[in-house]
Amino acid sequence: MKAVITVVGKDTVGILAKVAGVCAAANVNVEEVTQSILAGTFAMIMVVEISRCNVSFDQLQQQLAAAGEEKGVDVKVTRQELYDAMHHI
Amino acid sequence: MLDTKDILETIRMISDENLDVRTVTMGISLLDCADEDPRRACEKIYNKITTRAKNLVPVAEEISAAYGVPIVNKRISVTPIAMLLAGCKDPDPVEFAKTLDAAAKAVGVNFVGGFSALVQKGFSAGDRLLIESIPEALAQTDLVCSSINIGSTKAGINMDAVAMMGPIVRRAAEITAERNCIGPAKLVVFCNAPEDNPFMAGAFHGPGEPDCEIHVGVSGPGAVRAALAKQAEGMDLGQVAELVKRTAFKITRMGQLVGTLVSEKLGVPFGIVDLSLAPTPAQGDSVANVLEEMGLESCGCCGTTAALALLNDAVKKGGVMASNFVGGLSGAFIPVSEDAGMIAAAQCGSLSIEKLEAMTAVCSVGIDMVILPGDTPAEVISALIADEAAIGMVNSKTTAVRVIPAIGKEKGDILNFGGLLGWGPVMEINRFSPKKFISRGGRIPAPLQSLKN
Repeated sequence: MKAVITVVGKDTVGILAKVAGVCAAANVNVEEVTQSILAGTFAMIMVVEISRCNVSFDQLQQQLAAAGEEKGVDVKVTRQELYDAMHHI
Repeated sequence: MLDTKDILETIRMISDENLDVRTVTMGISLLDCADEDPRRACEKIYNKITTRAKNLVPVAEEISAAYGVPIVNKRISVTPIAMLLAGCKDPDPVEFAKTLDAAAKAVGVNFVGGFSALVQKGFSAGDRLLIESIPEALAQTDLVCSSINIGSTKAGINMDAVAMMGPIVRRAAEITAERNCIGPAKLVVFCNAPEDNPFMAGAFHGPGEPDCEIHVGVSGPGAVRAALAKQAEGMDLGQVAELVKRTAFKITRMGQLVGTLVSEKLGVPFGIVDLSLAPTPAQGDSVANVLEEMGLESCGCCGTTAALALLNDAVKKGGVMASNFVGGLSGAFIPVSEDAGMIAAAQCGSLSIEKLEAMTAVCSVGIDMVILPGDTPAEVISALIADEAAIGMVNSKTTAVRVIPAIGKEKGDILNFGGLLGWGPVMEINRFSPKKFISRGGRIPAPLQSLKN
């Protein structure tokens, strides 16, 4: 079961480490990371495997959102199927 | 393969452009709750709804969280209650409405639709009783919505029912006058009502539907407007239509996914996706703004009907490709009080009731959430219903009227319902009298389906 973590906001030191730290603690495997600056905004996308996640999806969302808040960025985690449905036929 | 641009587009559509699933509606048949004893029938209704819909809200919320897609409303539609009244001995329809209200509150949905009667060709047992009780039923409940189908392309228009509905709409406003006339905001008068509509206030679960099913109503005028604002500069209208289609496809795929997941999780068959652009009073989430983005100075000016025809068709073409089963109302909604752009257009004098009537010939659904002067005569409301029904009947499409006579208010005053129902200015209506025409009653025959011109 895969999910996509998106981080959008102002680039600062340690965002990747912070988000990856939450993932590691929750036993979520990070499979892919891409990051870019789009129109001055920092955007990072992580594809993660959540089958062995040791907290509920709800809790994972809350922990990631809280980590984002600390760093002043918006962090969301969403199941991958949403993007497949919307953008692929 | 996931593309960064696609992912960010989805995130932006949801967080900045008000993209959401407007409603997940569970349709529940109450035909097996019929009983000669009205008290017993109400008990069965309450039990069936609270059993079937017990997990609707938690499951919808769980899926909403996991996929990051807001599901704004969770609702229930039921078999037209007039059908259950038909077999009861001395029933009080208001008790049935209260039962629906209690069941809806118990499962946590925000509306239940189906305090309804289908009288397009005439009245059967229970129909008149239900219609006469509508003002009381709406005044004494919070979540119950009512709809009456008074015409169809195959049956014509039941003008006796039309004559009844004007006074009913007025009465519903009068007895809720101290609550911003909320009564008629929960009452829709239809021609060609769909039996699988997930949107309120007109949702009911038709007798041809299965025992229980899940329908989804998508939304997204904000996302369509944003796509036009960013990309439509220099495009001709063919290209504009293509852009709307592409955006509608994405919006609808999201609705299809959510509906499939909810239905799987609840173990209830998936009914339909309603391909609609449903506005909210939130800034930017407006169908009027989409039309203005195409190049109109203000919604309601000449060109509005043509722009709306393009929008409506493109939304359907994009949406049909994205979903397995399509139904309900499927089209752009043009309610006045629920759409910030429509409110502004009505306030600045650009949008009139006559123009709205013309617009309903090319889109879903009708004269919707229009606030009339408080002294509008009942026969004028009946005649407005007849006009809308005629457009629906002749064009083989759904049309509807949901108007609110603002008791004690006149043109230019504001009526505010709050929440999704929004607010709006009182709009002027032609006061020349249609009284004699309406009082004739009878039935307008069904129109020819050939020799079309």
